[in-house]
Amino acid sequence: MISIQDLTKYYGSNCAVDHINMEISKGEIVGLLGPNGAGKTTTLRILTCYMKPTSGDITVKDYNIHENPIEIKNMIGYLPESAPLYHQMMTYDYLQLVGDIRNIPPDEREKRIEELADLCGIREIMHKNINELSKGYKQRVGLAHAMMSDPEILVLDEPTSGLDPNQIIEVREIIKEIGKTKTILFSTHILSEAEATCNRIVIINQGKIVADKPTEILLQTANVDYSLSMTLMNADFPSISSKIRGIEGVSDIKEVKNENNSLSLQIFCNTHKDIREDIYKTIKSTDSILLEFTRESASLENVFRKLTKEN
Amino acid sequence: MADTKQFDLKQIFKIRGILQVFKKDFKTYFVSPIAYIVISIFLIIIGYLFFSTFFLKNQASMRDFFTMLPLFFCFLIPAITMQLFSEEINIGSYEILLTMPVSFIDIIIGKFLASLAFTVITILPSIVYAVTIGFLGKLDMGPTIGGYIGAIFMASAFCSIGLFASSLTRSQIVAFIIGVAICFLLWLINQIVYFIPQPFTNVVQYLGVDYHFKNISRGIIDTRDIIYFLTINFIAMYATKLVMEEKK
Repeated sequence: MISIQDLTKYYGSNCAVDHINMEISKGEIVGLLGPNGAGKTTTLRILTCYMKPTSGDITVKDYNIHENPIEIKNMIGYLPESAPLYHQMMTYDYLQLVGDIRNIPPDEREKRIEELADLCGIREIMHKNINELSKGYKQRVGLAHAMMSDPEILVLDEPTSGLDPNQIIEVREIIKEIGKTKTILFSTHILSEAEATCNRIVIINQGKIVADKPTEILLQTANVDYSLSMTLMNADFPSISSKIRGIEGVSDIKEVKNENNSLSLQIFCNTHKDIREDIYKTIKSTDSILLEFTRESASLENVFRKLTKEN
Repeated sequence: MADTKQFDLKQIFKIRGILQVFKKDFKTYFVSPIAYIVISIFLIIIGYLFFSTFFLKNQASMRDFFTMLPLFFCFLIPAITMQLFSEEINIGSYEILLTMPVSFIDIIIGKFLASLAFTVITILPSIVYAVTIGFLGKLDMGPTIGGYIGAIFMASAFCSIGLFASSLTRSQIVAFIIGVAICFLLWLINQIVYFIPQPFTNVVQYLGVDYHFKNISRGIIDTRDIIYFLTINFIAMYATKLVMEEKK
């Protein structure tokens, strides 16, 4: 449905997006991840025809961003970062305006605003000025704005930034709900969010795609690299570390703290296998007493850190 | 047949886009009290200046009013147009505007028409002066109607200049100053024409806005004057489009 080909964008001599290639098919929820300044927003802005790329192309269905921007804009509902809405307007008037520009007939518009009021939880602020709203509510109005014309594609730039934890969960639910029928592309730097909502994750760093995989597969890769933390009593670091290093799958071991006769260690593993059993047996064979032993939850964060720091 | 139909639809679509941008920006003028303040101050000052000498001259004519108008417009119109782009760029709603299904042309013409309509509303109450004068003596209708037509042409030229100034910067004050500078320069040309060497007088005179406005407000509507104003419109709007494209 969306096809990004060799997309490049320079700001002066600074390359924000560097030859990105990506295909997004209908019904996918794609999370665009990356550190600040990675080129997420720029990519989304080019897709929504706000900016022109330096080179490269994006086609949405049969339309091209250079030749048919209006048709593409018609198909896409877009929530820009931090929802810069017309702040002097009332929420209701604003949504009316959006409906008008997006060519929705007046009676349908009314119905749609009703639906969105419930879906986005903005019923009680319909007759308030947008500049009086809190950031969370602004974000919700922005979301309603993006969904006004019931577009086939939703592009959301950091949709949950500035929301409280309850609202974040609500927005995620909304995204998941809409994602059943629509194509969604959203950017975030909250990893758990991408993990919870997307069926595909694209990680961008310094303008390049460093990973583009379905969420489960990416999480599996995350499981290869994990770490264990352990606290022992009655142990000295050199002898313990040499014994643990002998276990297959252990890549490194680090002393975290050593005081009051208790030694904290962090063990880095690089294997699909769970080697906790082997480590326990090794400890058992010594005089040391095991006080704590936990596996740090393997998450996207590991992958993210690894992929974005390498370059 | 199919071709013409498609063409028609495209035309309608365009007009829709312009209309929607126009509606939005025109409404925006009236949500804050600034609009009413601008209108009142304009009417009070120009009314005072006009009527303070009116009874001394004892002539039933709007001539003095229209003589003052260009200079007033130099300051009034940039104040009206300064927010059109600057504010949107500043608060970021420019991104929302550009990602809606409207084209650059729709946005430029829509905003231009909104500011022009507002200017027309600002000078509209001054018709009361004309009516009052009509009661006091015999008002010459030709120059009065011509004056208003000329005022609209001049306003449209200044509005497009103000629009261009607004597209350059995110600061409304800077947009206002640039707008005033360009409009004032165009007005000033006719005041300094006496210092220009003879062979160039005609050319320089033709460039000034006051000269063309005076022609129309005499009640003579000449195509040369209309072409002059339309040319300014075109150049300023085209420059605005270039600025917008450059921003992409």
